[in-house]
Amino acid sequence: MSTVTSLRTPDATDTVRDPAEMQRRVKLTVTLLLVSAIIFYFWWTIDDEQVFYLLSGERTRDTVPGEISTHPVTLTCGIVVLVAAVAAALGLMRHGATTLISMLVVGLAFLLCFVVWAYSDLDVAFKPWITNPLPGTFAVATPLVLGALAGCLCERAGVINVAIEGQFLAGAFFASVVASLTYSAGAGLLGGIIAGIGISAMLALFSIRYLVNQVVLGVVLVVFAQGLTNFLLDQIPNDATIKAYLNEPPKLQDIAIPGLSDIPLIGEAMFDQTILVYLMYAAVVFVTFVMFETRWGLRVRAVGEHPKAADTVGIKVRRIRWQAVLLAGVFAGLGGAYYTVGSTGSFDKNASSGNGFIALAAVIMGRWHPLWATFAALFFGLMSSLRNQLSLVDKIPSELLTMTPYLATVVAVAGFVGRVRPPAADGEPYVKS
Amino acid sequence: MQLEIRGLTKRFGTFTANDHIDLTIEPGEIHCLLGENGAGKSTLMNMLYGLLDPDEGQVLLDGKPAKFATPGDAIEAGIGMVHQHFMLVPVFTVAENIMLGREQTRGLGVLNRASAAALVRELSDKYKLAVDPASLVQDLPVGVQQRVEILKALANNAEVLILDEPTAVLTPQEIDELMSIMDSLRNNGTSIVFITHKLREVKAIGDKITVIRRGKVVGTTEPTASEPDLAEMMVGRGVKLVVDKDEPEVGDVALDVKNLTVIGTRGTTVVRNVSFDVRAGEILGIAGVQGNGQTELVKALLGLVRPASGQIQLEGRTISRHGPRQVLEEGIGYIPEDRSHDGFVSSFSVRENLVLDLYKHDEFSRGLALNQQAMTTNAQQRIEEFDIRTQSMNSSVSALSGGNQQKVVVARELSRRLKVLIASQPTRGVDVGSIEFIHQRIVAERDKGTAVVIVSTELDEIFALSDRIAVMYDGRIVDIVSPDILRDEIGLLMAGGDAKGAAAPEERSGSGATAAGTAGFDEETAKNA
Ligand SMILES: Nc1ncnc2c1ncn2[C@@H]1O[C@H](COP(=O)(O)OP(=O)(O)OP(=O)(O)O)[C@@H](O)[C@H]1O
Ligand SMILES: [Mg+2]
Repeated sequence: MSTVTSLRTPDATDTVRDPAEMQRRVKLTVTLLLVSAIIFYFWWTIDDEQVFYLLSGERTRDTVPGEISTHPVTLTCGIVVLVAAVAAALGLMRHGATTLISMLVVGLAFLLCFVVWAYSDLDVAFKPWITNPLPGTFAVATPLVLGALAGCLCERAGVINVAIEGQFLAGAFFASVVASLTYSAGAGLLGGIIAGIGISAMLALFSIRYLVNQVVLGVVLVVFAQGLTNFLLDQIPNDATIKAYLNEPPKLQDIAIPGLSDIPLIGEAMFDQTILVYLMYAAVVFVTFVMFETRWGLRVRAVGEHPKAADTVGIKVRRIRWQAVLLAGVFAGLGGAYYTVGSTGSFDKNASSGNGFIALAAVIMGRWHPLWATFAALFFGLMSSLRNQLSLVDKIPSELLTMTPYLATVVAVAGFVGRVRPPAADGEPYVKS
Repeated sequence: MQLEIRGLTKRFGTFTANDHIDLTIEPGEIHCLLGENGAGKSTLMNMLYGLLDPDEGQVLLDGKPAKFATPGDAIEAGIGMVHQHFMLVPVFTVAENIMLGREQTRGLGVLNRASAAALVRELSDKYKLAVDPASLVQDLPVGVQQRVEILKALANNAEVLILDEPTAVLTPQEIDELMSIMDSLRNNGTSIVFITHKLREVKAIGDKITVIRRGKVVGTTEPTASEPDLAEMMVGRGVKLVVDKDEPEVGDVALDVKNLTVIGTRGTTVVRNVSFDVRAGEILGIAGVQGNGQTELVKALLGLVRPASGQIQLEGRTISRHGPRQVLEEGIGYIPEDRSHDGFVSSFSVRENLVLDLYKHDEFSRGLALNQQAMTTNAQQRIEEFDIRTQSMNSSVSALSGGNQQKVVVARELSRRLKVLIASQPTRGVDVGSIEFIHQRIVAERDKGTAVVIVSTELDEIFALSDRIAVMYDGRIVDIVSPDILRDEIGLLMAGGDAKGAAAPEERSGSGATAAGTAGFDEETAKNA
């Protein structure tokens, strides 16, 4: 044997830094510094020392509101975020639970300062009080969560579902009609479910059986549902007695859960709601469990990732896809029912006003995972609830406020969620030669 | 179970991939299928397994006609298959992949992951194929994925087992292990169809050999036939199994790597302080068991990952911070180890894939548009020159046989002026005739004055091509030796030992046998990779 060179060298690798990790660290630090700068800007510009808040109950002549001293609050928040930035710079923010919690704290601190800022220094006679945004959040988020669950189910199985909006519309309309006919809001939910399944069946038939491009198909189904519900709505004569039977449904009543609904801050928001909201909680648990802990869920994910591999172990790819898409219809239809029996009552044209697409965004922001998608939907709900409140305050143009959740989404997804990867076979029909 | 194929025919459009094939596999027989790339072996097996519908002919099981419309039917009839293109879900764990389709449940369809993992461990112990049930398949190197694919098929206790090139990415020790598994299955009466391009394996384990050429059976023979005879039968001409090459005419240092350290995706150090150089006109072979940092080393050379420290110089200029495009433009050619992932776009045509990293050159572009004419001429030449068996230059690469896909990549990379060629497993899954050809082309490239780096787990290939051999173990280059070293000595080096016989202390703790040591080790680095 002839050794040309021997290159055994001592281990010098422990001090070496991973470039990707460094990059992440820099990104995180810069963002946190920016956030703290904004908070310090709030602190600097607020003149008014006091802002009032009321977190539960109605505002009456006698209620005594809570009081926030703006300067200490904003200053503390600013320092907290600054500390987080320093921690990030020192590399203490690795992946893991502590980082997640710190980021959550930073987010909440920012929101708090933002709201305080928005309510301070107002040049009006009767100063508005900060109210609890959470009850609104859960109400608005319920259909979004249900729609997002439907999206997750379809796309995990490899069928793109752009038609959530269509399912919402059909669900809303038929929930209203069925509830009006039977005079039962509960039966209305059933009507919504059936309508949701109906649109799902069309999605499945054309995408799985006839291999139509699924994005185009989804858009077509939305337009179809719009047209259909508008048409049927116009067919209802403008006669009060007939209308009462067709489009004046009873609404779902709030059910307060004893004990839980008394929890401060979140009790009213989470546990004094309609049956639909409780069904939504159950649906989140159910879908998450089914998708990750059952045989059927494993197969659903397999056909969405690598249908051919699923086929080679004897799984009927098309059958599983059909099942997943139909099940998704149940949740999307329920979500649609919110827009009639769950909130306003009778059906108006475009009752869901594009929220189906926001549910779709929640699917993507939640990385096709039912739990994360639920959080994303709740986040959108919080933003839209805040927007409703802040639009009364008139300090920031409401168009700008409407935009912020989506801006926040883009920043969050681009910066920190990391590479978002859809199921590998999402949108690809399975054909055998 | 006796399996009989009668007149099975498959056409893709006007092209006949299988032309009235007859074959009988007796119970307890290992039946080897030999044939060039694109001969139609995988097509035949896919028909047997219900993945493709035959156009004519029938399959008989124990004399009774059987029809497999889906793989589910074939599985039910007792047929199992190891697929050449792995049928694994990348985002699933090893255990999930193995249980898929016959899931262990606790009733009500709730998965029982613990028992699935236990089964994987049991199988892995029984067949001595080390896998970790909890790791994600996408994080595993191809060698380990192959083990998973084999275990998946074995878990079904099939009566007829089809093995479509299971050894292409296994280490020599693993191949020995697989051979003994096949042997014991044969003794239990399992019929096995074994497809491989390695004649040594056919001779070692086969009972009967059928040779297929261009979709037709051209003959059967016994494993006692000599390797050159078998090769000739497959290819239809005489084949040199080892290429002739002259002493290298070595020039200046072309590629110089100094103290390179790379951190893997899991944050562990996978390449540790590696230094070597390659001179113009020489071939440096990098030998080593799969998963010892070769993959990451090559990725760093290509600019696919940024090294954590150290320097890479091309003809004296530092390129450590270049991205892949700049690296390619500097004149480095790259044949990736995982061709389907890094080598081509499978839905693109052969013609397009042949200019995948050349399309910006003046030759193939006209302003912002592609020069279709030049691409066509180029494709004609390459297909001819590299004997790429394809229906036309416009068929998509996904429709090519595995070996022909490899040839597309090799043809593309060797069709431009190179300073350095980096080839990972350049002949993986390629038939003997094409190995001869690719080896000749690599040696010719060397003689043109290109510095060549060959990364291979195949010792035959390392010895056939290298002018110097670097051995990698645990992310380090443990030694650089000349190719007249003994096979056994290099085997020891690859296992982390010392060529003089004294293995490194931590590796000696086990049975001391190289095979056991490397297999176990491979698994560990695989997890880190
Ligand atoms: N889906 C398909 N569509 C069109 N042609 C195909 C398809 N699948 C395979 N072919 C063609 O059929 C021929 C046989 O391919 P096959 O994969 O069976 O070869 P093979 O003998 O397994 O080769 P290798 O040793 O390279 O794996 C090839 O020429 C290939 O191009
Ligand atoms: Mg093949």
